[in-house]
Amino acid sequence: HFGSSVASYFIFLRWMYGINMILFGLTFGLVMVPEALMGKPYGSLPRKTVPRAEEATAMNFATLWDFSGFAQYSVLFYGYYNNQRTIGWLKFRMPLSYFLVGVGTIGYSFMIVIRTMAKNANDDGGGDDTSFNFSWKMFTSWDYLIGNPETADNKFASITTSFKEAIVEEQESRKEENIHLTRFLRVLANFLALCTLAGSGYLIFFVVRRSQKFALEGLENYGWWERNEVNMVMSLLGMFCPTLFDVISSLENYHPRIALRWQLGRIFALFLGNLYTFIIALMDEINLKARYLLPFTIFNMYLEEKIVKYNMTIWEASLYNGTIPENSTAPPIQVDPADVPRGPCWETMVGQEFVRLTVSDTMTTYITILIGDFLRAVFVRFFNYCWCWDLEYGFPSYSEFDISGNVLGLIFNQGMIWMGSFYAPCLPAINVFRLHTSMYLQCWAVMCCNVPQERVFKASRSNNFYMAMLLFILFLSTLPAVYTIVSIPPSFDCGPFSGKTRMFEVISETLEHDFPSWFGKVFGYASNPGLILPFILLMVLSIYYLNATSKSYKEANLELKKKLQSVRNREL
Amino acid sequence: IYRLHGRYYEMAPNVVPMDYTRDPDVKLPMQLIINMPELKENPFKERIVESFSEDGEGSLSFNDFVDMFSVLSEMAPRELKAIYAFKIYDFNTDNFICKSDLEKTLNKLTREELTAEEITLVCEKVIEEADMDGDGKLGFADFENMISKAPDFLRYCFKKKV
Repeated sequence: HFGSSVASYFIFLRWMYGINMILFGLTFGLVMVPEALMGKPYGSLPRKTVPRAEEATAMNFATLWDFSGFAQYSVLFYGYYNNQRTIGWLKFRMPLSYFLVGVGTIGYSFMIVIRTMAKNANDDGGGDDTSFNFSWKMFTSWDYLIGNPETADNKFASITTSFKEAIVEEQESRKEENIHLTRFLRVLANFLALCTLAGSGYLIFFVVRRSQKFALEGLENYGWWERNEVNMVMSLLGMFCPTLFDVISSLENYHPRIALRWQLGRIFALFLGNLYTFIIALMDEINLKARYLLPFTIFNMYLEEKIVKYNMTIWEASLYNGTIPENSTAPPIQVDPADVPRGPCWETMVGQEFVRLTVSDTMTTYITILIGDFLRAVFVRFFNYCWCWDLEYGFPSYSEFDISGNVLGLIFNQGMIWMGSFYAPCLPAINVFRLHTSMYLQCWAVMCCNVPQERVFKASRSNNFYMAMLLFILFLSTLPAVYTIVSIPPSFDCGPFSGKTRMFEVISETLEHDFPSWFGKVFGYASNPGLILPFILLMVLSIYYLNATSKSYKEANLELKKKLQSVRNREL
Repeated sequence: IYRLHGRYYEMAPNVVPMDYTRDPDVKLPMQLIINMPELKENPFKERIVESFSEDGEGSLSFNDFVDMFSVLSEMAPRELKAIYAFKIYDFNTDNFICKSDLEKTLNKLTREELTAEEITLVCEKVIEEADMDGDGKLGFADFENMISKAPDFLRYCFKKKV
């Protein structure tokens, strides 16, 4: 009834839900449950206990909502996990499992996105027989098995919409174009869009600089706006620029489906551009202040580790209070884990940030739906009687379902999940819950408060456009996780990889201990660069070959179709 | 057949005899037939009943009734279904589906929600697509040619279980 493009959004949502269920199954079953069942319980190790200082507030709702306190020191986050090689009577290899699940979720996501793209491409090339489009719609669309009046109503509505879609396609293909005017208008529209993007980038740069200045002068001197200027400006830009792009696109006079793609592309560029300008502005400030800070951040963490370890030895010595002679080994004193000083745990902090971001994003979406769609519809419906102009046809009227905004939100949200699930195994679970409620809430909102778009158009047969964006975001979001696995040493005091110099060393450790020695040797030979480079070359060549053959198949296919058509025409 | 007779009987128990050995001449009016649950929601119910009735006014004898359900069942051959489909969509029974027939079909399908120019556009497109002999209306050959290539014809249309 609302058209196949709205339906395609919900189908996409359902598909994402399926992926998230599998990710949830992996992280829950292979990481969280073993640790909860077989790992050391809460309170037995310093990293598993709430520090003494925080204990008073650890159970408060506010703390839990912020994912600190008891939520932080639980299986939900990276920091809780112990670095024992095996746990429990099953000898479950926890660090190995954590690592493999992390890598496996990324690998699985890549595989399934590419497989869906390939399947869609197949469907698209296959049956494109539109020779009797309207005739078939007219004579074969009614389902003779319908006996229920409500189903019949829905069927009538969907038949009408299907006709309207086909009519729009036909009208678009018949439109006579004044080529020069259209081209000029399109160039003008793109120019305006670029100006908007540049303007928003500059605005962010300017605002970040100002906020650094405020920070220097002390934040107490400024009111709420100055303190939150950067956040507010970025949110406001995110709200108003897409509407501006919408207005600009009316100049372009494209087919609605192509206009939607341009819109999506521009909003994407807006968000990426804003993010990059933000990061560059920050980096710039840091560079101005301390030229050599960046190379030393890693050294900094190493230093911090040394400092904390030194502190701990001093603290232990203070416990003994000098009662032991120098050269003997002291019996370990029973200290409550809550009192032990802790090292920094950046992985848990990163995980917490992602979880907070997801939760606040969810809340914002729900509140926007409730206010923007539901309250607006209630207002229009009930105040229409006592208002000067017709609220339903003029402003504000009922809202249409904003496809591009929702699809982008879904894709960016999934990017956040992919980025953060290595540091916070609870993220897929939270996302499953979020998608579940979001599906029903949005479905209800669409049926109850939205009106069908004025121009319905058929969504493209293949959802490859959405898939391509998803693939791009997947690639971007796995880069940080992969970088940290390969280059940054894990925190020494928390997590399943504590004590190692790099996270991937868990693989070599497993090879040493759990596999026979010849396996390790074979692996060593196989990871020789002299072998890997020719292998990569071989893969590139085979990709090229497969591409060439698929093109030739497509051409042969088209030729055969044409022949078939001419044979049919000749028969008649 | 017994089941069909049971349905036929329960529509008008005081008129339909239980015993058909003497071949009585009993016809049920259209109003009763189109209130059957299988046909009630169908936009083409009147046309369906009319095309199976011998006198062309919509009253069905038991023979016509059985004919109707046998064509609508899954077992009927495709050509037979195509013949009756053509009859159903031919509103003015001139053995051609002309533009006014198409307009009526479209209005029934969409419950008159399309504007006049949308209707003309669709009808023109249908004639353009399916009319092979160029007479501006669809003869049975054109209809058969078009319907035989339709993937959905057997799936949705004309599949009834009593």
